[in-house]
Amino acid sequence: MTATAARGPAAASRIKLQVLPIPALIGALILAVMIALALLAPLVTTTTPLQTDLAGALRGPAAGHPFGQDRLGRDVFAQVAHGARASLLIAIAVVTLTALVGVATGAAAGYVGGAVDVVIMRIVDIFLAFPGILLAIALAGVLGPNLVNLVIALAVMGWVGYARLVRAQVLGLREREYVVAARAVGAGPWRIVSRHILPNALSPVIVQATFGAAGVIIAESSLSFLGLGPQDVPTWGGLLSQGAAYLLYAPHIAFFPGLFIMLTVLALNLVGDALRDILDPRTR
Amino acid sequence: MNSIGRRLLLLVPTVLGVLTLVFFLVHLIPGDPVELMLGETASRADLSQLRADLGLDRPLGEQYARFLGGLAHGDLGRSFFYRKPVFAVIGGALPATALLAAAAMAVALLIALPIGIIAAVRRDTLTDRMAMVGSLLGVSMPNFWLGPLLIILFSFRLGWLPVSGKEGAASLILPASTLGTALAAILARMTRASMLDVLGEDYLRTARAKGVGPVTVVVRHALRNALLPVVTIVGLQFGALLSGAVITENVFAWPGVGTLLIQAITARDYPLVQGCVLVIALCYVFVNFLTDVLYALIDPRVRT
Repeated sequence: MTATAARGPAAASRIKLQVLPIPALIGALILAVMIALALLAPLVTTTTPLQTDLAGALRGPAAGHPFGQDRLGRDVFAQVAHGARASLLIAIAVVTLTALVGVATGAAAGYVGGAVDVVIMRIVDIFLAFPGILLAIALAGVLGPNLVNLVIALAVMGWVGYARLVRAQVLGLREREYVVAARAVGAGPWRIVSRHILPNALSPVIVQATFGAAGVIIAESSLSFLGLGPQDVPTWGGLLSQGAAYLLYAPHIAFFPGLFIMLTVLALNLVGDALRDILDPRTR
Repeated sequence: MNSIGRRLLLLVPTVLGVLTLVFFLVHLIPGDPVELMLGETASRADLSQLRADLGLDRPLGEQYARFLGGLAHGDLGRSFFYRKPVFAVIGGALPATALLAAAAMAVALLIALPIGIIAAVRRDTLTDRMAMVGSLLGVSMPNFWLGPLLIILFSFRLGWLPVSGKEGAASLILPASTLGTALAAILARMTRASMLDVLGEDYLRTARAKGVGPVTVVVRHALRNALLPVVTIVGLQFGALLSGAVITENVFAWPGVGTLLIQAITARDYPLVQGCVLVIALCYVFVNFLTDVLYALIDPRVRT
């Protein structure tokens, strides 16, 4: 069986090389810059993010310090560049974790059905009834501020959106002819779901993951802003929170990390919009 | 009404689920919460006294039953930091949060409705594109950044508005604008999409053919039907505003439940953390429920 046949009829027609609309290209370009900044942070900065220089405390942007210096004279650009690492790493970790859990539970609910479906969807409903950011704040608050706890706090709520989405997709696909045919030739449930159903159900998951990453970056920065993020690595939210105390004398400390958060979220929204248009024929 | 009864019934497991999640929050704390609250220097007697006060020395099932029983009597425990019942502490802060959320909603509607309507009427023009780019920026802008930017401009540079706190109506403007901006962006897109759907309908063509003026067509005929989906989003987002207020309140030192929650987390006042989360979450659940019911009352097609 060829790869296309294994994925079913829809996949081959969906993946076409298309020219992206200009907003999506701008979004992709911003994202590429952010990823490059995160990867190359030690190479593009002249100092480490924690290197202090008290003589230059609270100084605005100048040669050698394009984004200025913070209250201890640390280079804001170095902190923003290293903050990109933390923010993107957390976003990738949370999106991967939540998508995996969500896809697995959604596929189980949709394919197995019956009591499994009822139990999973009841849990999903309860989680959906809870304001996500609030639970994340409370969890990060009681678990303690570090990187792993932050990822847990953000991931606990995130999976439900994927679960609901994938369940709906699986319900629509499980009685399709090619799935029935696979079942007839003796394929087991695991093989049917993983080889025949999920590849066709993943387009909306990719779109959701893109918007989800934007949400995670805002949520992570919010938690770091509130002092509930990791204390030992620079984060955009943490830097912004620190800068909020010096708005009158050194507004640059809060301005630049906020700008980078906004640009990244904007870029993800632009790319997400374009992906939705390309991958979901109904929105064309 | 049958559908309302069914929604009310569905509310029971949801509320129970929310209560259970909140109950287990304190049990997720790594280590001994009592030791964390009192610090390393606390005596054994103090530790066991607080453990008994909080009921943490009982079996888990009994603690859960006592938690639910207490709630039924409006008893959320005692704030360790304020030395007052949690219910009273939160009761003092809740009106400020409700005021902020309501003001943010008003700001959002005042911005979103005109922009959404104009963008739809002038579809595919420069005005439309600028409105949509603006709304995308609004959605992408974190409120803990917008808040400080507004403070720099309106408090420090222009000196028009107070930086923080809650003193008079002027102090409400910046927090409400900060909290309402993202919602305004969502509602503007929603209003535009909804208006575009309605503007293509036959009955509007008929109205125009009968000589009804363009403004009347939009305001009297189109808007009335276009607003239905917007009303739902407004309701659902009001609940989200309550939880979003946690961050905005902290930016502006607004004395609401959000500021209280972060203070409680910092002070490791776990009963108060539990109470704040519970109150905001339950408000969110009930506002969403009311929206659902209202929607069913407004739109007969939903009454199934």
